[in-house]
Amino acid sequence: MMSLCTASKDLTSIDSGVSFVEIDASGLEFRDLNNRIASAARSGARHIRLTRVYGQRYIGTRLNGLPPVTIEIEGVPGNDLGSFMDGHILIVHGNAQDGVGNTMYEGEIIVEGRCGDIPGMSAMGGSIFVRDDVGYRAALHMKQHGRKFPNLTVGGTAQDFLGEYMAGGRVTVLGLGYERHRMSFIGTGMHGGIIYIRGRIEEEQLGEGAQIKELKRSDLHFLSTQVERYRRLFGTCDEIGPKEFTKIGPTGTRPYSRLYS
Amino acid sequence: MLRTQLLPDFSIERDDSRCIRCQVCVRQCGFDVHRYDEDRDIILSDESKCAGCQRCAVLCPTSALTISPNRSSYAANSNWTRERISDLKRQAESGGVLLTGCGNDKGYPVYWDHLVLNASQVTNPSIDPLREPMELRTYLGRKPRKVEIANAEECQRDPLIKIETPLVFSALSYGAISAQAQESLARAAKQCGTLFNSGEGGLPRRLRKFKDNVIVQCASGRFGVEPEYLSNSAMIEIKIGQGAKPGIGGHLPGEKVSKKISSTRKIPLGTDALSPAPQHDIYSIEDLRTLIFALKEATNYEKPISVKIAAVHNAPAIASGIVRAGADVVAIDGLRGGTGAAPKAIRDNVGIPIEMALASVDKRLRDERIRNECSIMAAGGFRCSADVVKAIALGADAVYLGTAALVAMGCTLCQKCYTGICNWGICTTDPYLSKRVNPDVASQRLISLLQAWSLEIKEMLGGMGINAVESLRGNRDQLRAVRLSDWELDVLGVRGAGR
Repeated sequence: MMSLCTASKDLTSIDSGVSFVEIDASGLEFRDLNNRIASAARSGARHIRLTRVYGQRYIGTRLNGLPPVTIEIEGVPGNDLGSFMDGHILIVHGNAQDGVGNTMYEGEIIVEGRCGDIPGMSAMGGSIFVRDDVGYRAALHMKQHGRKFPNLTVGGTAQDFLGEYMAGGRVTVLGLGYERHRMSFIGTGMHGGIIYIRGRIEEEQLGEGAQIKELKRSDLHFLSTQVERYRRLFGTCDEIGPKEFTKIGPTGTRPYSRLYS
Repeated sequence: MLRTQLLPDFSIERDDSRCIRCQVCVRQCGFDVHRYDEDRDIILSDESKCAGCQRCAVLCPTSALTISPNRSSYAANSNWTRERISDLKRQAESGGVLLTGCGNDKGYPVYWDHLVLNASQVTNPSIDPLREPMELRTYLGRKPRKVEIANAEECQRDPLIKIETPLVFSALSYGAISAQAQESLARAAKQCGTLFNSGEGGLPRRLRKFKDNVIVQCASGRFGVEPEYLSNSAMIEIKIGQGAKPGIGGHLPGEKVSKKISSTRKIPLGTDALSPAPQHDIYSIEDLRTLIFALKEATNYEKPISVKIAAVHNAPAIASGIVRAGADVVAIDGLRGGTGAAPKAIRDNVGIPIEMALASVDKRLRDERIRNECSIMAAGGFRCSADVVKAIALGADAVYLGTAALVAMGCTLCQKCYTGICNWGICTTDPYLSKRVNPDVASQRLISLLQAWSLEIKEMLGGMGINAVESLRGNRDQLRAVRLSDWELDVLGVRGAGR
């Protein structure tokens, strides 16, 4: 762990009114790193670059109540990146681990690589863009209320239980580089929200509570904006027509209504 | 065809010489038991719908109604009791899981009734709380291993929450209970310098002003866990389990998810609000640590984090893990803990009594020398102030009151909470029924309850010659047992009376 006096070195650049700060995360415990990020943001930094990040958790979580900050991450951030986050932008130049955007309220997380399990779990808003694949139970129990909904877009594929218990929100899986998706139990227990998966999905791959639905004009519009955004974020991308997607939604909003006497 | 083979649970006797046909009973019953027949000028009652909540009997201006358990009975049989036969018939007719509300009503031993308290005689004189200061103030949170003097700037202390009495209102979520009932709890907690618990249904904006008196929950459904919810709180509780239904999730049925509830929970209108059985980011103690610190990070380490579990067989080992994972408070909810809805099979059969869980957790944490690192909150069917005193002597820092608070507001334990109909206006979101709870009146009843119990606790403490509740905590020497076997004495860490 580094001593306290090195903290001021990282922050010297903001004294002159520049809103960009670089923090070397090497050797810092997550609490120390997040202390530094928070104090930089409180001192007016609006763009923070973290270098040599090595598994520190909760980056972006401590910034609730502060004006929007953009954090660039070089290295591998730890679990719960941007958990409970409210309105900041996190850009990972590499892979992320489990719990990306866990219970996120607002903001944007961009991962130029792949994610572990449960990205976007219980999110109420904000968007997550992942260039490559995501792990198990992505978008678990995402919610939405009114016009506010969370959005997870995945360039590659996902593992089983994608969108389990979904109550709202949108998930888009582009399937780039994959002939077919191997995941099963898609949307188990879902009772809201929409999952779009590019490519063919068999009925057997769906979980109980999910069904394949017909793509509508509003879906095509949403998908073309997602594809366009993905292309702008990550550069090259196959030619994607919005009609190549399978739309999956809930069979009903009351999955357990007939369970009880 | 026979509509149902079930016998009615209750009999309704109407003294016609007293009935003035005012129809209060007709209007008060949300189950539509009573009906006025204009042509014959009589009131008819359908006993099969009666929940036995006594609302009509209490409000009848001439006391014309008597509601009592239905006397019809099957042939006497110790195994196949009326309850068993009724449940079987109900399931044969519906094919569904039997739901119920409130806490376990089976005759499991209540160990509080087998523990007696000490009092001073001659030596170590007793104290009169009416004349001498008596301290019930309690601090919830992680305490340092030893006292060290540091200047204020260097002093990094874990957050502690001060409560003026060791009585805290249990988690009762908005949606399960009415907005009026929740507000009554909030107002009483503020007035008495203690806490109420939002449950997992989020916190309506109107109640954000009670931020210094609310424990907000982060449960498997993560309903309404928005940044403002976390920051406007005294403490955050991660709910792993509940005494009435250990190991299972639950759901608020879509018909109860009204506009206000959907905006508080941040879910679409009219959908089932599902709480999965586990929290899917917690499959291990290490995962629990991840969430504990995520919440600490999200609130700048300013709030204690509680972890609530149901009392189960290996509660001591789990509690040890919870403390080592970084929790500041461990809440344990016992076998008799209440609920708004739980499968009857679970409520009546899963978990262990709070007395055993509390005593064994306290002992385990002491043995491991980490008892100071957390407070223990005990929950699950505390009926009176003596139960609370005994729990503190077994190691609790404070006690959660759920059912007792509901009864103070009007609840009569009819166990029909899961229907969404509550004639007392508590466990319902129906606007017509829920306005029966007037927060001005109900909060005063709760304040009176806390005052009365606090005074009784002081009397009992004074009798023992103890003038601060913290001197009683874990002080098993003040307890003796009657009619308990050796293993029970061993688990409780209490000697038999006369020893």
